[in-house]
Amino acid sequence: MTITINGQPYDLPTDARVSLLDFMRERLDLFGTKKGCNQGACGACTVLIDGERVLACLALAAQYDGRSVTTIEGLADGEDLHPLQALFVKHDGLQCGYCTPGQIMSAIALSNEFSRGAPSSVTTDLDVPATPNREEIRERMSGNLCRCGAHNGMIEAITSYLSEHS
Amino acid sequence: MTMRTKDHHMPFVSSPFVTRRDVLVGSAATAAGLFLAEPGLATSLPNAPARSGLGTAYPRRDGPLKVRGAARFAAEHRFPGMVYGALVFSTIARGTIRRIETEAARAASGVVLVMTHENMPRLAPPEPFYASPTGMAGSAIPVMQDASVHWNGQPVAVILASTQEEADHAARLVRVDYEVAEAVTRFDDAAVGAPVAFYAGRDLQYRDGDAEAALAEAEASVDLEFSTPQQNHNQIELHAVTVAWQGGVLRMHDCTQGVDLSAITIAKVFGLDPSQVHLTAEFVGGGFGGKTLWQYHILAAAAARLAGRPVRMTLTREGVYRICGGRAPTRQRVALGARLDGRLTALIHTGTTMKIAQNSMTEPFMEAAEHMYRTDTMHLEIRAGVRDMLANTFMRAPGAAVGTFPLEVALDALAERLAIDPIELRIRNEPEVDPTTGKAFSQRALVGALREGAHRFGWQPRSGERLGRREGEWLVGTGMAAAYYPYKRFPGGAARITLGQDGRAVVELAVHDMGMGTGTATAAVAADRLGLPYEDIEIRYGDNRLPGNMIAAGSQQMAAIGAALTAARDALVAELAALVPAGAALHGRPAEALTTRDGALVLASDPATRMPLADLLARAERREVSAEAAAPPPSEAKEWSMHSTGAVFAEVRVNAVTGELRVSRITGVYDCGRILNSTLAASQFRSGIVMALGMALMENTLFDERSGRIANPSLAAYYIPAHLDAPEIDVAWTGIPDPEAPSGARGIGEISMTGVAASVANAVYDATGKRIHDLPITLDKLL
Amino acid sequence: MTPFDYARARSEQDAVARVKDAGTKYLGAGTNLVDLMREGVEVPSRLVDVTRLSSRIEPTDGGGLLIGAAASNTAVAEDAAVRARYPALARAILSGASAQIRNMATVGGNILQRTRCTYFLDVEGARCNKRQPGQGCDALEGFNRGHGVLGVSPACIATHPSDMCVALAAFDAVVHIAGANGRRHVPLVDLHRLPGDTPHLETVLELGELITAVELPSQTITARSTYRKVRDRASYAFALVSVAAALEVAEGRIADVRIALGGVAPKPWRAREAEATLIGAVPGQSAFVAAAELALAGARTRPGNAFKPELARRTIVAVLSDLAGAGQ
Repeated sequence: MTITINGQPYDLPTDARVSLLDFMRERLDLFGTKKGCNQGACGACTVLIDGERVLACLALAAQYDGRSVTTIEGLADGEDLHPLQALFVKHDGLQCGYCTPGQIMSAIALSNEFSRGAPSSVTTDLDVPATPNREEIRERMSGNLCRCGAHNGMIEAITSYLSEHS
Repeated sequence: MTMRTKDHHMPFVSSPFVTRRDVLVGSAATAAGLFLAEPGLATSLPNAPARSGLGTAYPRRDGPLKVRGAARFAAEHRFPGMVYGALVFSTIARGTIRRIETEAARAASGVVLVMTHENMPRLAPPEPFYASPTGMAGSAIPVMQDASVHWNGQPVAVILASTQEEADHAARLVRVDYEVAEAVTRFDDAAVGAPVAFYAGRDLQYRDGDAEAALAEAEASVDLEFSTPQQNHNQIELHAVTVAWQGGVLRMHDCTQGVDLSAITIAKVFGLDPSQVHLTAEFVGGGFGGKTLWQYHILAAAAARLAGRPVRMTLTREGVYRICGGRAPTRQRVALGARLDGRLTALIHTGTTMKIAQNSMTEPFMEAAEHMYRTDTMHLEIRAGVRDMLANTFMRAPGAAVGTFPLEVALDALAERLAIDPIELRIRNEPEVDPTTGKAFSQRALVGALREGAHRFGWQPRSGERLGRREGEWLVGTGMAAAYYPYKRFPGGAARITLGQDGRAVVELAVHDMGMGTGTATAAVAADRLGLPYEDIEIRYGDNRLPGNMIAAGSQQMAAIGAALTAARDALVAELAALVPAGAALHGRPAEALTTRDGALVLASDPATRMPLADLLARAERREVSAEAAAPPPSEAKEWSMHSTGAVFAEVRVNAVTGELRVSRITGVYDCGRILNSTLAASQFRSGIVMALGMALMENTLFDERSGRIANPSLAAYYIPAHLDAPEIDVAWTGIPDPEAPSGARGIGEISMTGVAASVANAVYDATGKRIHDLPITLDKLL
Repeated sequence: MTPFDYARARSEQDAVARVKDAGTKYLGAGTNLVDLMREGVEVPSRLVDVTRLSSRIEPTDGGGLLIGAAASNTAVAEDAAVRARYPALARAILSGASAQIRNMATVGGNILQRTRCTYFLDVEGARCNKRQPGQGCDALEGFNRGHGVLGVSPACIATHPSDMCVALAAFDAVVHIAGANGRRHVPLVDLHRLPGDTPHLETVLELGELITAVELPSQTITARSTYRKVRDRASYAFALVSVAAALEVAEGRIADVRIALGGVAPKPWRAREAEATLIGAVPGQSAFVAAAELALAGARTRPGNAFKPELARRTIVAVLSDLAGAGQ
């Protein structure tokens, strides 16, 4: 049983209780993915599994045998920040930085979701691909809580990213 | 006493990434002739931020690290042989542990230690806030020292195990048998006979004249009752500590707003010298007043000592609710009497809040009323009932956050009754001097903030009528309120500056960054003090072994830093003066005559007389020069009335069918002295506004009065604002330096938490005709 | 979390065969079960992972849709046929939880998720008849803002928290079930039980029975449907009240109508009497108000949720009015 994380294969833990989040943080010292509630209520542990955003805290690692995980550590290209990371800094879309990795991973996935025309609960017409306006972005980012109130900067960063990369 | 001239003529500096709202600006306001009384103010355009120096929009220094997920928080350090901790919480509010069964837990896989009051090392009780100048604990309750239970949720056992999974499982195996004692858990019971609170060295009571009589005789009056619920900080980072005993030293990776005070308080608990505690907190995942010293720190350290193993203790989210306190609930009365011209004849702001017997924290909700408005008579009073509950504590803008809500709603109601625009009503009651202390204001431009806010927001003046309109299902309304937070600077500021031959300076001080951008702002202040380029300043913080004991609380940290840097700079200049070689132009000059500017030691009166710092160090054959100094005691706040103020404007939409409330637009203009970094300041202001929107719309810690237990200890059941709840927030500031504050800056972390709930409630009234007096403003109140 | 064995089912038969006792639970993506295990509410000794069983969404012979129980909530909401022919289902799913959770959560898991009553979740500190039969209910006299007003009992007033199921209830969805004794089909509205004095018995599923799929019958009315959710936070919050409705008007009269409610009952709540009264009526405010009154006629409230009947009535009327307006 192996799982691939940021391109690197790892043996899965033998204790079935271990979540993907605790596996990465406590067994692999991959601390970039954060624990904010451990119950699927904050989004701080958002990672991509085969390109889709999920919550690592609710994912028992054993269930993801053979799957490929991307975390915040897998985003930058060496010294160069991913463009979305750079935009978060530019627009000051962060304060304490704790929810930030989850926000960024969520926004990366959101970009893909717009690309395939996925609707959201604020999409007016389900038959037409949604336009990435601010309300759509806000709704789609609502699964990532931020207590520092850095919302405006994040939405600014994501809006810029979507306009430059879609 | 001299009256300082209030300077209303400084241009407003805007956040660089705020789009100025052009809609509606000016027309209605100008027509009413209300807002252009002071030429040049309301029409001022946003200035471009300065290219360097104080106020420059330097980006957050740790931004790249944080967006990579590379910033290491308290639970992200590792010691060899480390084990994991889990807690068992009491399920009764008061009583005694008759028997605690730990056999199953001890026998469970991976368990290293089960600690209860029976084997917990005997320790001194922690010193809470105000018990001493260094008290950092939420309460004075001894930590697991005996069988007594003081609140529902108190830790009664600690498990250490090889993995977190094993520790969590073993914690579920502990069985506790309690002797239940009668507990006071109901607000109504605790409020009976509650005494006037003593808080921060004074009774929370003030009387000037016979306010009740003045109210009864007033030409117009309002007399309203309000309530605000218990609230929790809900920092997204779970409280955590990673701890090891290394030789005689207790090493702690913590998340705290007070590295020094925490270390000192812990040292006292364990009977150590403070030098035997090394506590670091380089990154803190949100604080808001709640990242202080709680029982888990002491339990983790004690268990680590007992087990002889390093320990990581990360609280569960439930654990945070059970053992890290939040804001206490309040019930408040605000009554205002006024003449028909709007001048206040009576201001009554009284009420009751809750605390525990073992802390000294009373939510000081009368503070805004003390300093905001002139009035003929005044009665302010806070009573604090004692409940058996988790210690209440400081939460962003203690007092003012929940105190400005009733005060500013009552003013809105009074304005309506008097048919006076609510901004005008506030302007007519702008005091010449501090209403309660009689001291002169060091600097105050509330009127300017109100006018600028009205201009930016496009405020439509009103005289008693509601201007709300309907858009389909939505009722749209606007409202405003004033914001308030006191200036504070605590003793203990200190810093060390080390200047290298390469012209770079390292500044070290025991301060904190929970997201405010402390390192970034401090670098700008240090560059300003030292006359060095911003890029050549390195800031080290978040470590109790660095100088000073400055807490990141009360919006005071930057003031403490500013004063400390001035003192350290002066000490450094004295060191440098002693190095000036014979024959140099500066030789023999007293240190007091010298300063640093543009990379050189200069004669303050004639900066052309100078010696480059690199030359100076080279000539003295010194690789570096270092100086450390403490800030002078904070006398400024004793001599002057020092407060920040602001104006908040909200547009809300209330669904006529469902009562759902959305805030669609908000503007905040703040008068906080000089702004040290426009980017960080804008983020801070928005930060408080979002949290205050949570307070206005949804936040509520459900304290079950039957059991004294919090019923929603979860982010799934305690709502904080999500992205869709946060509108684009327009912020601006007067930027007028406060001549009495170090760096001219009064602190900005908390004021934007104030006034917002009232502005929302007032806007809801404008939209619906319903005055909501009880937070949060949920849809059932608007059906 | 108590230690447990983990096994992945290779097929439906394999899954069913692995269930030996009540200690065995099927595991979807775990978005609810893993949390309940951490809270100590669920203490299974064995988990059978069924996430790699059928997740196909395919047309049925009757022109309807068959959705594999392992399909993610996102896959259902994004499916072109669902969006075009069952829009209320897509909207219901999209209004629930967050994108991350919808990506994980399976259809089967969504149906079998348990209440979010905070007393139910507090194993050590609160009484709950659902968790421990006969223990008593702390919600009755406690915080019950989120609790139910229809179909509740003196033993339990907890609600079923799903949005998806509300739309499924409106659409006459049928749950396909496999068990040791073969396969059977149960209408979704009959899958969940009312609490009565046995609130711990939540569904009609027998030991070892596995939800394998949900079938949406082919009905023209479902294309004219919508879902409205009312909540305390703009997003990422459970419903205080939600309404899934569909309306078909022919020659100025209501030819067919569906009304289902969420956030108000222990199960996805189909308002059949309200529907019946509307058939043949002229669509309009008075008919809708009368239907809404009927839908909430049996409401029993507690102080904390006393607002819900009125909120539900208003929401029903608004949703039906919207549908009537859109159909003209």
